Amino acid sequence: MTATEQPFIATMANPILEQFDRVAKRSANSEPNWLLPIRKAGLSKFSESGFPTQRGEDWRFTNTAQVAKLPFQLSEKSTSESLTSDILNDATFGSLGGIRLVFVNGFYSERLSDPHHNSNGIHVGTLSRGFETAADLIKQHIGKCASNDDNSFEHLNAAFFQDGAFVHVSANVHLEEPIHLVFVSTEEASGATIHLRNLVIAESGARFTLTENYFSIKGVSYVTNTVTNFVVRDSAFVEHIKFQDESLDAFHLATLHSDLGAASRYISHSFALGARLSRNTIRSKLNGPGLECVFNGLYITRKDQVADHHMVIEHTQPNCASHEYFNGILDDQSKGIFHGRILVQPEAQKTDAKQTNKNILLSDSATVNTKPQLEIYADDVKCTHGATIGQLNEESIFYLRSRGIGQETARRMLIHSFAGEIIERVDYKPAREELDQLIWSRLEQNPRLSENKQLP
Amino acid sequence: MKQPILEITNLHAGVEGKQILKGVNLRITEGEVHAIMGPNGSGKSTLAAILAGREGYSITEGQIHYYGKDLLEMSPEARAREGVFLAFQYPVEIPGVNTTYFLKAAVNEVRKHNGLSEYDAMEFLNLVKEKMKILHLPEDFLKRPVNAGFSGGEKKRNEIFQMVVLDPKLAILDETDSGLDIDALKVVSAGVNKLKRQDNAQLVITHYQRLLDYIIPDFVHVLFNGEIVRTGGKELALELEERGYDWILKEELQTA
Repeated sequence: MTATEQPFIATMANPILEQFDRVAKRSANSEPNWLLPIRKAGLSKFSESGFPTQRGEDWRFTNTAQVAKLPFQLSEKSTSESLTSDILNDATFGSLGGIRLVFVNGFYSERLSDPHHNSNGIHVGTLSRGFETAADLIKQHIGKCASNDDNSFEHLNAAFFQDGAFVHVSANVHLEEPIHLVFVSTEEASGATIHLRNLVIAESGARFTLTENYFSIKGVSYVTNTVTNFVVRDSAFVEHIKFQDESLDAFHLATLHSDLGAASRYISHSFALGARLSRNTIRSKLNGPGLECVFNGLYITRKDQVADHHMVIEHTQPNCASHEYFNGILDDQSKGIFHGRILVQPEAQKTDAKQTNKNILLSDSATVNTKPQLEIYADDVKCTHGATIGQLNEESIFYLRSRGIGQETARRMLIHSFAGEIIERVDYKPAREELDQLIWSRLEQNPRLSENKQLP
Repeated sequence: MKQPILEITNLHAGVEGKQILKGVNLRITEGEVHAIMGPNGSGKSTLAAILAGREGYSITEGQIHYYGKDLLEMSPEARAREGVFLAFQYPVEIPGVNTTYFLKAAVNEVRKHNGLSEYDAMEFLNLVKEKMKILHLPEDFLKRPVNAGFSGGEKKRNEIFQMVVLDPKLAILDETDSGLDIDALKVVSAGVNKLKRQDNAQLVITHYQRLLDYIIPDFVHVLFNGEIVRTGGKELALELEERGYDWILKEELQTA
């Protein structure tokens, strides 16, 4: 874990760095003055480290060379009027209702959004607006979340982020409807990079569901580099549903931090269906006693897709539970990567931690690299982990067939169930039902799975 | 005139080159309950698996006819749709597949096969509600994933529940009594007995006699070393319970 990453060839990074002047100028004009040093620090850390390489342990299985070759042109504000609210309403979670912020190519779209500014203890707006209204609060958290990790995409994000959501829910406020953050790319040519930064703060006892949806209109190659920070105070309950369904030529690099307070509950789901390469770097600190968190993920890949989840969960306090469940369904020559590390510090007695990663390979050329890890310094804990990679369980297929269910239907039922195990953990029912239908029909589109059309 | 349901003739079968069944003959007619008893390793579960169509066994000699059709030519699902049911010794857990969804799909496959209309959710629920009570299954049972997290006893009750719902012509119970306490054994047996009619049959495979106190067999067969070495009435089971299997084996050796 301590292996230092070797800098990628410096010349590759230069055109990226040159664009910083523009960002610095904008920052000086419109952002609070404490932000520019953070951006500069990000830039200098990134130029030191360069893009990660496979020599470093954290990126061992994911080749980022193809990312490093991209031009990394900062995305431009879209003038696209073709994006209608109908398109957004038809998108995943689009019909669920609730507060909605829409970012088009990283720029906030006022026309398409339905924000909520500072009333009833709920604030859902842009980060750039937050700099005007809640600069001190944002200052406390932005930049701080960046851990000691050598996460160069996060450093790059700090230097360049365009905008993002700022969500602040006051103590004991419960939202019935979810908050939706929609990130849509309308890029028509390849090469753009969208840097997003989101900050979500749930004060003590607050309760809500937040969705993040990433998708693209055109099938071009672009990069999304997004960093989302969750601060969940004592006894708050936050459900986070991330749905990533970008173009199969896109690159999706995401960092998710969560800082969790005493007796809080945090459930974070990651549905990774799109992008050529998707990487979710997940870091969670369990900073109060008696809390419970769940990280739950499903990746469904085909063609040359790579889906990578890299997770470190750190228990620093006693009596906490963390459960991680990640399932992958991989077809063609696609690749799944799972790295999950549970770190239990000496103070974190009575930790209950569980981690599983299960994979089904639908083709002989699909591959999975899985690495569940436990690192335990406390002596009174209950920790388990496990990983499986394989074809469908023959015994399960036989069981279903022995009840009259045809072989193909049995196979499809089991694959659906494999996805269903993950979907079932979504607490917010309308989202769960939508995901269930969506993923079922997505699996149905796979010719390997749709020979028999008997099921709904 | 009662029809034969199952006719096994001189069945020789094995797995991975190892011969397990060495000439089994068995004939089951409508309305009959047969028990197959035998020590561990005698081939009881192999016979059950071959009847249900599990892959991996090679049939080297002999035939199995089911209502006159060649059973060995039929896929596992075709057998099930035609009325063969195996209650598994080790029921499989299928997390993520909800019991209602699974069982409704199974019931409708059988109905379709028989030229009947498929049940909708309501009709299916009406069908299963009563039957759940017979097997003392909890109310939330239908919403739970198939066998996932069930206790051993719950899994066995679920097997019999499925059997009662699917209403097979030939029900095969593979060591259904193993791991059951006496109360669960009574519940399970009551389920099996409800199914008994003049136009179907049951084949109960067990190591112990105690299940046969509740499911009364018309015939008891002793399977030993891949062959049925003795057939008798229900009193044979009691005798086996008292004297063990050794005396039969000794007698066999003497006559051989």
